[in-house]
Amino acid sequence: MGRVADVELRNVSKVFDNAVVAVDGVSLEIEPGEFFSLLGPSGCGKTTTLRMIAGFEMPTSGEIYIEGRPMGETPPFRRNVNTVFQNYALFPHMTVADNVAFGLRMKRVPRDEITRRVREALQLVRLVGFEDRYPRQLSGGQQQRVALARALINRPRVLLLDEPLGALDLKLRKEMQLELKHLQMTVGITFIYVTHDQEEALTMSDRIAVMNAGRVLQVGTPLEIYERPSNRFVADFIGESNFLDGRVVELNGQRATVLVDDRLPVPARVQDGLAVGEQVTIAIRPEKIRLHPTGGEGAEGCVPGRVEEVVYIGTDTYYLVRLTDCCTIRVRVQNSQNRLDSGEMVGEGTEVLLSWLPETAMVLKA
Amino acid sequence: MALAEGVETQPQPPASLAARLTDWARRRTGIKLSLVLGPGAFWLLVFFLIPLGVVLAYSFASRGAYGQVIWRLTLENYTRFFDWLYIRVFLVSVWIALLTTVICLVIGYPFAFVMARVPRRWRNALLVLVMVPFWTNFLVRTYAIMLLLRNEGLINSALRWLGVIEQPITMLFTTFAVVLGLVYGYLPFMILPLYASIEKFDFTLVEAAQDLGASTWQVFTRVLLPLTMPGVVAGSILVFIPSVGAFVTPDLLGGGKVVMIGNLIQQQFLTVRHWPFGSAVSFVLMAVVLVSTMAYFRVGGERRV
Ligand SMILES: Nc1ncnc2c1ncn2[C@@H]1O[C@H](COP(=O)(O)OP(=O)(O)OP(=O)(O)O)[C@@H](O)[C@H]1O
Ligand SMILES: [Mg+2]
Repeated sequence: MGRVADVELRNVSKVFDNAVVAVDGVSLEIEPGEFFSLLGPSGCGKTTTLRMIAGFEMPTSGEIYIEGRPMGETPPFRRNVNTVFQNYALFPHMTVADNVAFGLRMKRVPRDEITRRVREALQLVRLVGFEDRYPRQLSGGQQQRVALARALINRPRVLLLDEPLGALDLKLRKEMQLELKHLQMTVGITFIYVTHDQEEALTMSDRIAVMNAGRVLQVGTPLEIYERPSNRFVADFIGESNFLDGRVVELNGQRATVLVDDRLPVPARVQDGLAVGEQVTIAIRPEKIRLHPTGGEGAEGCVPGRVEEVVYIGTDTYYLVRLTDCCTIRVRVQNSQNRLDSGEMVGEGTEVLLSWLPETAMVLKA
Repeated sequence: MALAEGVETQPQPPASLAARLTDWARRRTGIKLSLVLGPGAFWLLVFFLIPLGVVLAYSFASRGAYGQVIWRLTLENYTRFFDWLYIRVFLVSVWIALLTTVICLVIGYPFAFVMARVPRRWRNALLVLVMVPFWTNFLVRTYAIMLLLRNEGLINSALRWLGVIEQPITMLFTTFAVVLGLVYGYLPFMILPLYASIEKFDFTLVEAAQDLGASTWQVFTRVLLPLTMPGVVAGSILVFIPSVGAFVTPDLLGGGKVVMIGNLIQQQFLTVRHWPFGSAVSFVLMAVVLVSTMAYFRVGGERRV
């Protein structure tokens, strides 16, 4: 039935000696050739999950399959995976060429094949000419590439990367993100990529697993994760969200109405199994909200509020708008369209109307 | 604080003389340096370089009929050394010292490795264990070994009681006894530098090597050993040098049957009272140690770390 997943985790848990439950019943299926990210806050168990796939840690319970074979206690060097470590872990006493050749030497590949493949690998990561340098003579980005070449030269089925760009500055990081993605498509190897940077995960991944406290909360494409988060944690961790707690008062085709704070009706997306009277949380992205002047056609579904704070951040402007006594909402407006219909900037204290398409207001059950 | 040297806006209120002196000294790096290095340099000059010069001078002098030093300059002391009798003593010493070093390395490396890898609270316990022998006098410890190794000693008695042997095994006054004593005495000097360099070693490199398909042995020879070479070199030198010149251990545990170069020097100075020859032998020993350590450093240093 279909293709065998490259890597499959079935109900995998890891409890450390000190009774820390680092990974708690994780099940995942990673398809061949996929760029798969594990995303979550610090300490949520990403590294531990990756190390169990690599074979450096053994699961306390559950089973890991690589290319359909259960791994059991198989040691790292018998698994068809390679790792790019967070701090690169390059051998400081070896040149770039020796570092890259290491895996092939261990497998006793003939000498001239090693020479050829080292050259190919260095071409792939654009490091030709650096063969005789030592790792300490390289910049962070170059070291990163050596680490990649050293892993890729072994032609593993799956490449595991633990925050490989964590040590680089922002600009280089953005460059390397694109380069890595490009590389992955060129070589066609499955990448399992650990990061705590949501933007990075959204940019690069085919699919993302969002983790928290040892559990996988949602698996999906970047679009699914961003547009249809399945719970409050995901909505909050990926991008920004406004959360409004309320009660469903009306269901009308595509549109639900939720009463916030028992007084303010707001529109939201209709979802399967939603019933009138149910207690829910609505999540709305700041950039999906539009700002209108009062007094115009007070169109139906507009929510009144008062601007309390304006924060200019270059490309965009944030407005903090108070809706009721106990409820404020953040609105993000691109500065290219940042003017009221009258053509004026909105100042603090201005009364405004907010609107959004009902389907952009996600309903999360309590 | 003054912004720059010599830019004092306000004259400081007169502090105590001592405070002013140290303040003044602090600004003059030359003075600071000599304060730091001075005592050590003075010590070396008075207790090392000057006596060394005296010994060097003696090595070219002659012996009088009653053992006094006569200032008739000669190279005879050096040529005399190239007699098979003395060369043999010399070779035996180097052999014993090499054996001691290798054994210390073989025992010390795993020990230092474990010490660097166990949880921190165990580490100190092991460190104390390494240091414990230093709490007793070296002579006392050597006599203790004699008690163990004698024909009527603990080991032979135990073996005989167990029925393993009938005749006692001669252990005392053999090369074995001397090497045992030296290993016992100098093992900590091997373990401590090894521990220091293994402790600094980044163990993610082990995982990196394993990930790339290295077996345990390959991880050791390709990654761990080359990167802890400084510890191996330092430990080996710290064990080899005192071993090659040892005289108490071969004296007590070799009992005159195993003569090392240290015993030869001791004899020349104290028994035979031929100070010029003793001085010449000392200098040959020093030269050989110096050259061999430098060669060793060169070899060890070639592996870049
Ligand atoms: N060897 C270990 N022994 C005991 N506890 C551990 C060990 N390794 C990790 N932990 C704990 O397990 C939990 C998960 O750690 P893990 O390293 O997987 O997190 P992470 O998601 O990679 O975090 P980060 O983004 O900070 O790297 C943490 O609470 C951590 O303290
Ligand atoms: Mg981590």
